[in-house]
Amino acid sequence: MLKLNINKKNYELNIDPDTPLLWVLRDVIGLVGTKYGCGVAQCGACVVHLNGEAVRSCVTKVSRAAGQQVVTIEGLSVNNDHPLQKAWLELDVSQCGYCQAGQIMSAAVLLNENKNPTDKDINNAMEGNICRCGTYLRIHQAIHLAAEIQRKGSK
Amino acid sequence: MEQSKSTQSRRSFLKSSLLAGGGLMISFAWLPGVGLADTSKDVDPAEQWNELNGYIKISSDNIIRIFNPNPEFGQNVMTSLPMIIAEELEADWEKIVVEMGPHDNIKLGPQFTGGSNSVRMYWKPLREAGAAARHMLIQAAAQTWNVPMEEVTTKAGMLYHAKSGKSGTYGSFASKASGIPIPQGIKLKDVKNLNVVRNSKKNVEGSKIVSGKPLFGLDYKQEGMLIAMIQHPPAFGMKLQSFDASQALQMPGIKDVFTLELYEDGFEQGGFDTRTFNDLLVIVGNTTWKVMNARKKLIVQWEAAGDTKDTMGGRGAKREVIVPGELESTSTQFEKMQEYAKKPAQQLRKDGDPETAFKNAAQIIERTYNAPFLAHNCMEPMNFFAHVTDEKALLAGPLQAPGWTEPTLSKILKLPADKIEIQMTRMGGGFGRRAYGHYLSEAALISKKVKAPIKLIYTREDDMTYGIYRPMYTATYRAALDANKNLIAFHVKGGGIPEHAIHANRFPAGAVDNYLAEGWQIPSNITIGAFRAPRSNFNAAAEQSFLDELAEIMGKDPIDFRLELLKRAKENPVGKNNEYDPDRYAGILKLVKQKSGWGKPENKNRNRGVAAYFCHNSYAAHVVDMVMKNGHPFVESVYSAIDCGIVINPDAATNMVEGAVIDGIGNTLFGRLSHKDGVPEQNNFHSYRMIRHSEAPNKIEVHFVQNDIDPTGLGEPPFPPVFGAVANALYKTTNRRYYNQPFFEQALQSTNKPKIRRSIQ
Ligand code: FES
Ligand code: FES
Repeated sequence: MLKLNINKKNYELNIDPDTPLLWVLRDVIGLVGTKYGCGVAQCGACVVHLNGEAVRSCVTKVSRAAGQQVVTIEGLSVNNDHPLQKAWLELDVSQCGYCQAGQIMSAAVLLNENKNPTDKDINNAMEGNICRCGTYLRIHQAIHLAAEIQRKGSK
Repeated sequence: MEQSKSTQSRRSFLKSSLLAGGGLMISFAWLPGVGLADTSKDVDPAEQWNELNGYIKISSDNIIRIFNPNPEFGQNVMTSLPMIIAEELEADWEKIVVEMGPHDNIKLGPQFTGGSNSVRMYWKPLREAGAAARHMLIQAAAQTWNVPMEEVTTKAGMLYHAKSGKSGTYGSFASKASGIPIPQGIKLKDVKNLNVVRNSKKNVEGSKIVSGKPLFGLDYKQEGMLIAMIQHPPAFGMKLQSFDASQALQMPGIKDVFTLELYEDGFEQGGFDTRTFNDLLVIVGNTTWKVMNARKKLIVQWEAAGDTKDTMGGRGAKREVIVPGELESTSTQFEKMQEYAKKPAQQLRKDGDPETAFKNAAQIIERTYNAPFLAHNCMEPMNFFAHVTDEKALLAGPLQAPGWTEPTLSKILKLPADKIEIQMTRMGGGFGRRAYGHYLSEAALISKKVKAPIKLIYTREDDMTYGIYRPMYTATYRAALDANKNLIAFHVKGGGIPEHAIHANRFPAGAVDNYLAEGWQIPSNITIGAFRAPRSNFNAAAEQSFLDELAEIMGKDPIDFRLELLKRAKENPVGKNNEYDPDRYAGILKLVKQKSGWGKPENKNRNRGVAAYFCHNSYAAHVVDMVMKNGHPFVESVYSAIDCGIVINPDAATNMVEGAVIDGIGNTLFGRLSHKDGVPEQNNFHSYRMIRHSEAPNKIEVHFVQNDIDPTGLGEPPFPPVFGAVANALYKTTNRRYYNQPFFEQALQSTNKPKIRRSIQ
């Protein structure tokens, strides 16, 4: 029996501990916001937070998440009101949208650690997230905007 | 006056609506069917919806439900097409619910996403649908109030009669209006008075995307659904010989391993029935991971397929095509192309007397350009849900062309088309790839065989190595100059595996007295398909690089040179069938010149490249500024000028152009799918280089030509000229011309060399 805490909810699962967290989320728990893009830690579509750190769930064994706090895009905020989500909507970043959950989850860790990231910081943090539709520019703008929303909010 | 011509009578409409079964549209098991423009509202599913026509339903409490007819893959039709309806309906955008429509070609039009056609082909019909519904509401109100129709006005979902002071919501008249026959010939708004269209609206699915709601095919799920994967041969030109599944079958969760034939011998393939492999080795289990794992335990023997035969039908005459069995490698493909390039080719267009002109030329400039196969790499790999029984079939997932896939399904499943339901989910990218519905056919046959709902999933590796690539291209351009460096003849000879890219009637055809275009192709077993701006995506690289080099040799500014040619094409066009409008083409060049400050002293030290192209009925030009950053070529900023007629949703359109620019830079610099003995040498993103965050420009400035031309399409046109503009900027940055894509590695090499301007002939 494997104990998981996902988006503040507890789960007990009888599952092969080697199963990647991605497929546990998608196929077993039914949280499909976390996406499959490559399965080999190359595209970032599957990024979730493990104790506040960005991990690629496609190569993270579920056993590594046991007893830890997992947050997925569905748990990033209650009302879609995380500064990043607000900024993403304000700047209408998405095209096909498939990569965006991973982009937002990577950006969320960056913003947690760096309240005012530069373009270079953003590049470093986001380099692992591919977007075939080419929304990189808007993602940069949205991260800057989210940082601003976050700063204003915490004043 | 623009007249509407209603495409179906009320009666046939009701019939098709009955056939479709009414509640179908909200039957997505895990997919929330309803997308609210305003997410704060909830719609009672039991609400009484009054159907005004195929696109519009209105509830009695005045919520307007608009069905988007066309598949959404990121081009934002979920928002822009309903905007067109809302415009003529005079509806309050904030009160609109947008929902993906069912697949129903009769009721909802062609339903095809591709060729930058969505807005172009739906512009009129959707305006007509909106205008007709508004007319019906006015009629209902006028009858109720007992006043002349002409005295009833509408605004933001409300009906008014000024004289009597009466007013009411659309919702309160919707029931009555739904009983009125759909009128014909309703006057449409003057485009000067558009107020929904031309104003930016947010993506109606934006909040679902950023909160991770199930929207995509891969997210679709039904009770009891199994997961299926296909183990395809490792190389083009191979097929299944034998397999041993005993170990795989012992793995947990595995239900079955079997082989299937996709098309029976002699099956007449239409243009979008392309498939790479016909004998499928299928593994089915209960979760994705278990199937992925068990697949590794399959012991499979493959063998050379040898030459095979395809029967082609579709719209063309039935014919047999031999697919060569050779296990191809990029190096041998390249040699073969060089050999073919020397042979006589098919003449595609000839004006004047190019042979004599070249003979008499004072100077001939000849350059050859090459480009590799490209994989689409949609971020969501191919997948589809299917539940097929003896009586009917339900399919759900991401695809661009349900109307083309349905007849194929009908044939292979031996079910009448009206027993096949296709639900369209949001697509995680398409770029042409999802017009080829082989994966629906595969899913359907698998479901039929295992007698259960299944989802077929391609892993990234399956997706990248399956084929349906952008073809491998080459083209040799020649220009003849007289003693005064005037362009007297132009010749392009293009080839490809397995098809060439030449558009013979495009610019500079029409602008040069002596012109010759030729094409040739080499058959191959490597399957190809439409890839964002098919053919144009190569031509714009080759031709626009060549024109740049030509301008330099002729001592002309590259923009002025093109404008001169366009002036000629306008005032005294050469030949017939010139596809482009010289005025619109010149318009984007002038706009990009102005907005980028081209030729201004302050920009003198920039490494700038320009390119322009016409394709899919629209016009696009880019100026690219490049620098060397950490020893790598980096596009710093881009200025884009676009003429696509009326822009429906300006901010979303801008986003799409930005995306096309970034996608274009990535493919120009990095894109390549190569082969060794039939095996694709790239199978995931560690080996297939995609553009990443740090490689995207710091700035992309998008400018649209303001005019009142009916929309001419936007998804593809901005993409091709990026290739040429990047090539031309690279020349300025490195002092070397680039002829072979992808450019990145060559650019790295060339920057190690001293900056010596190569002498040009
Ligand atoms: S799916 Fe995990 S990084 Fe691509
Ligand atoms: S929005 Fe389509 S892949 Fe990023």
